[in-house]
Amino acid sequence: MDKITNRLAALALAGAIGLTGVAAPAFAQNEQFIPILSYRTGAYAPNGIPFANGMSDYYRLINNRDGGINGVKIAFEECETGYATDKGVECYERLKAKGPTGAAFFNPLSTGITFALTEKAPIDKIPIITMGYGRSESRNGAVFTWNFPLLGTYWTAANIAMQHIAKEMGGFDKLKGKKIALVFHDSPYGKEPIPMLTEMSKAHGFELVLLPVTHPGVEQKSQWLQIRQQRPDYTLLWGWGVMNSTSVKEAAAVNYPRDKMVGVWWSGAEPDVLPAGDQSTGYKALMLQHGSGKFPVHADITKHALGKDGSQSKPDDIDDVLYNRGMVNAMLGVEAIRTAQKRFGNKPLTGEQIRWGLENLDLSAARIKELGFEGALKPLKISCGDHEGTRSGRVHQWTGKEWKVISDWYEGDDKLLVPMVRDTSAKYAEEKKITARDCSKES
Amino acid sequence: MFYREAGQFKTSYGRDMAVFPIAQDRIAIGLIVAIAFLAVPFMATEYFLSSIMVPTLILALAAIGLNILVGYCGQVSLGSGAFMAIGAYAAYNFAIRVPELPLLVTILLGGVVSAMVGIAFGIPSLRIKGFYLAVATLAAQFFFDWLFLRVGWFTNYTPSGSVNAPQLNVFGWIVNTPTEKYLFVLGVVCVLAVLAKNLVRGHVGRQWMAIRDMDIAAEIIGIRPMYAKLTAFAVSSFFVGVAGSLWAFVHLGSWEPLAFNIDRSFQLLFAVIIGGLGSIAGCFMGAAFMWILPIFLDIALPPLGELVGWKMDKATVSHFGFMIFGALIVFFLIVEPHGLARLWSIMKEKLRLWPFPY
Amino acid sequence: MAFFLEVLIGGLLTGVLYSLVALGFVLIFKASGVFNFAQGAMVLMAGLALVQLFEPTYIGLWHFVGVGALSAAVVGLLVLRTVRGGTFAAAKGDWRIHLPKIVAVGAGLLGGVLALAGGAKGWPLWLAIPAAIAVMVAVAWVVERWVLRPLVNQEGIILFMATLGVTFFIDGFSQTLFGSNVYPLNIGLSKDPMFLLEGVFEGGILVNKLDISGGVIAGVLVAGLAVFFQKTRIGRALRAVADDHAAAQSVGIPLNWIWFIVWSVAGVVALVAAIVWGSKLGIQFSLTFLALKALPVLILGGFTSVPGAIVGGLLIGAGEKVAEVYFPVVTKFLTGTAMPGGVEYWFAYVLALLFLLFRPQGLFGERIIERV
Repeated sequence: MDKITNRLAALALAGAIGLTGVAAPAFAQNEQFIPILSYRTGAYAPNGIPFANGMSDYYRLINNRDGGINGVKIAFEECETGYATDKGVECYERLKAKGPTGAAFFNPLSTGITFALTEKAPIDKIPIITMGYGRSESRNGAVFTWNFPLLGTYWTAANIAMQHIAKEMGGFDKLKGKKIALVFHDSPYGKEPIPMLTEMSKAHGFELVLLPVTHPGVEQKSQWLQIRQQRPDYTLLWGWGVMNSTSVKEAAAVNYPRDKMVGVWWSGAEPDVLPAGDQSTGYKALMLQHGSGKFPVHADITKHALGKDGSQSKPDDIDDVLYNRGMVNAMLGVEAIRTAQKRFGNKPLTGEQIRWGLENLDLSAARIKELGFEGALKPLKISCGDHEGTRSGRVHQWTGKEWKVISDWYEGDDKLLVPMVRDTSAKYAEEKKITARDCSKES
Repeated sequence: MFYREAGQFKTSYGRDMAVFPIAQDRIAIGLIVAIAFLAVPFMATEYFLSSIMVPTLILALAAIGLNILVGYCGQVSLGSGAFMAIGAYAAYNFAIRVPELPLLVTILLGGVVSAMVGIAFGIPSLRIKGFYLAVATLAAQFFFDWLFLRVGWFTNYTPSGSVNAPQLNVFGWIVNTPTEKYLFVLGVVCVLAVLAKNLVRGHVGRQWMAIRDMDIAAEIIGIRPMYAKLTAFAVSSFFVGVAGSLWAFVHLGSWEPLAFNIDRSFQLLFAVIIGGLGSIAGCFMGAAFMWILPIFLDIALPPLGELVGWKMDKATVSHFGFMIFGALIVFFLIVEPHGLARLWSIMKEKLRLWPFPY
Repeated sequence: MAFFLEVLIGGLLTGVLYSLVALGFVLIFKASGVFNFAQGAMVLMAGLALVQLFEPTYIGLWHFVGVGALSAAVVGLLVLRTVRGGTFAAAKGDWRIHLPKIVAVGAGLLGGVLALAGGAKGWPLWLAIPAAIAVMVAVAWVVERWVLRPLVNQEGIILFMATLGVTFFIDGFSQTLFGSNVYPLNIGLSKDPMFLLEGVFEGGILVNKLDISGGVIAGVLVAGLAVFFQKTRIGRALRAVADDHAAAQSVGIPLNWIWFIVWSVAGVVALVAAIVWGSKLGIQFSLTFLALKALPVLILGGFTSVPGAIVGGLLIGAGEKVAEVYFPVVTKFLTGTAMPGGVEYWFAYVLALLFLLFRPQGLFGERIIERV
């Protein structure tokens, strides 16, 4: 009897799972829906958590302090991707039609998911914001109408990193005959900078040593033994999650000087250096404009967002690099909506309208100050031909206790970047049979 | 009362050995297929079609392939993700290098390449058995993950290593919207499922089952283990490969090797075991269980938590989802190790007698 | 030459760490025929429990009290079990039949009070390690009672899939309880590099002290296990069960108890692995991937052999590091173009596969004799 009851229970359970539809929560009519693709679990959670906290806290701030964007409240929902492409696509499909006007935009927060969504966004007419990541050639808005790699692509990052190295060595002419190693996450993310670095190694005559690390990056002994053997003058680190701290530790284990390591801006946050303790002192990384520490907006965050409406941030963590980055990312999205509202009216907007807002986003220094991001961002202006907006970056160094800015602003070198973007995006357009927009005719 | 075979006489061997010997079964299956083709596309939402139905169907096809190997031939494989990847990348390479080929042929060729590789990786099964074989198949998994990640030729030297599917053009029909994708996948899966069902009922399938039940005894009655095992590997890999190319071309559109990593292999093996070893219908149930349950938990847990006044954050939802998912798997294995297909046939037995207990 | 030695030694030491994880698999497979995929998750859980008891950053006071109570209860039960000689043959109605419950509740209360008194400031290492062991023993009990016992006599593949289910559960459970961040574990193992034979080679041969301590710990663990298996009463019972569990049961060895013991020992092995790996990487979710690194070690060494796990680990560790470093060089020499690296990702598996073709039962596995 017992067995039968059990079986019936199992059957009922199977039935219940099969039958349950998706219960859609009610949305008020005057709400703008913004999805958040986040990862708070899995191998990349330590980096995903602060970013998701920063994003959602900024939306809370807008809702609680200003009553929304010009009176339009933000409805936001997180969906857990676990950094997996198929989960990300499922989240996208689940959230894209929510709210009165559908999703405003997506921040995939993974290069793999970005690649998959790039194929889907034009069909659904939803912009994809990839702030500081994604496809580097998607800077060309004429071909990639729906992608917005705001603030910097990996090609820009690679360029800036090399500029910094050249400066430390005393000029680009000193690079000749030198050896630069790239330790990278073996995925679309880690491979993105290679074309730019190859290009630069040809131009400046340095040798590029490529050392791929397999996901998730806990095994790097052989890569670092090779570094010990080959003794590169500098090592670039293109890692994410646990890979970063492991790299720093392995560098210490082979006695490679940490101040000769330069990480990308996704390898330069607290979770990347703290696990390695003292060993990470001296390690350098690029900044996606902002660094750690507080800027004026943090006072409002503390007042209006922390501890409210299910915010999960701890007060001590809100000046972390990745928390700030989440906030900057959310802010740029909100400002894009604001820009679009100027043209289409203060009401919930569709993805297509917000795309226009993104393309015409123009943040002046005064506006950035007004928003409370002074010192964290440089002015940026998006246009049809330039979906990146600005190509500036700095370098900061871990002192053992905090990140300290050690460089001036560098500008990505458009002499190199523009032809590469043009060629690669033309190839994509040809493959996908896309006719590029004529940017001179866009308003 | 309604599910009775009284009065249905089988007057020929052919009829006795039909796929569905009972008239009600035939009608029911016919109805399900008709609903799937005619009603679902019009009633379901876009999300349901593109994120639930399409992936479930493709996973079911892959599960059928794996089931042929594990359920019918008794050779445990943990490398099915790799064979999906082979199908996907082979189809991609055919598509970009020989663009004249029709899409359907490209996808099937992906399966053929996968089948050939499957034979090669099936050879160890002639000597290795059980868990040793299972772990050995992981070699395929890791080797192909690496191959597609590192060897540029397979990805046409794309700088990022991520590749895009070409436009889906099935003899002039452009498959673009979720409904079209669903119908296309459904069509392919239906045809292949019928093929699989008939294969396992036939001469080859019986050889596989003989090998599964006792290989030495099968050899003594004249079945060549090499032939039986390698055909099982080939056929299985073909199905898995076709599923892989569908997954890449239709479901994802743009992919990297990580889309076919070891988690995918485990997911498929689970689908086969939860669905029922040695059952084609079970593959569909198992795939649905494996794909839909985590999504269901993800969506349903927060409102359920609120019922008891507990506002769950996203991480807790995820962790609880994992726990419940794991517990349910163990529960299903304990209650019915022969899978959902077995539950289904028990229900049919009961229905036959209903309303009488015996 | 110095570089080759460096790679070789580094590989061997990494291999020892793989063996640590593989050992857990071997123990369980030997005693219960279960291919326990949850070993990786157990490493994570043991590590998280230890680091949160030792240097709590995530769990609150009440979690702490809960873990304290749980571990005290487990210890209480174990002590009772040992004192009473392993049987609870009390008649119905006798109060002593409730003795385990009384002991568990009593010890649990005591532990809870002690934890409360200590506050959530963390325990010293000598207390945190036994408490983490107690947590793993509790896991073993739950697995034995709720997973293995109902699934007794099922096919191996079903049991294997059940342990995958357990993996999901433990992953979710331990992260809910102890958090999902990176937690550095610092129990005083030195992480500095050191240089050997500096007089012979220029620059010497670099060896990491942490890897050496890992190797020493693994060696001590294996020696301990060997003594446990060969010299103790329970060890002999374990070997009897591994040999033929029906026969073992017929001479009065309680199977369920033995399974419980084995899973507990595997839990302890997981904790040791977590200490060594956690000192290296920090305690975090990625530790679960170690299970995958241990699998080729298993097939190479054989599923049922403890020395096999060690030798297999050494072979694979050294083999994959050497292959990783020299594969591009060799392919360049042979074909003119350097093949891309990353070989260590699959090298171990392919090596094990090729090896199996010649010896299907692994290096030290028991010979499979089949009769019709």
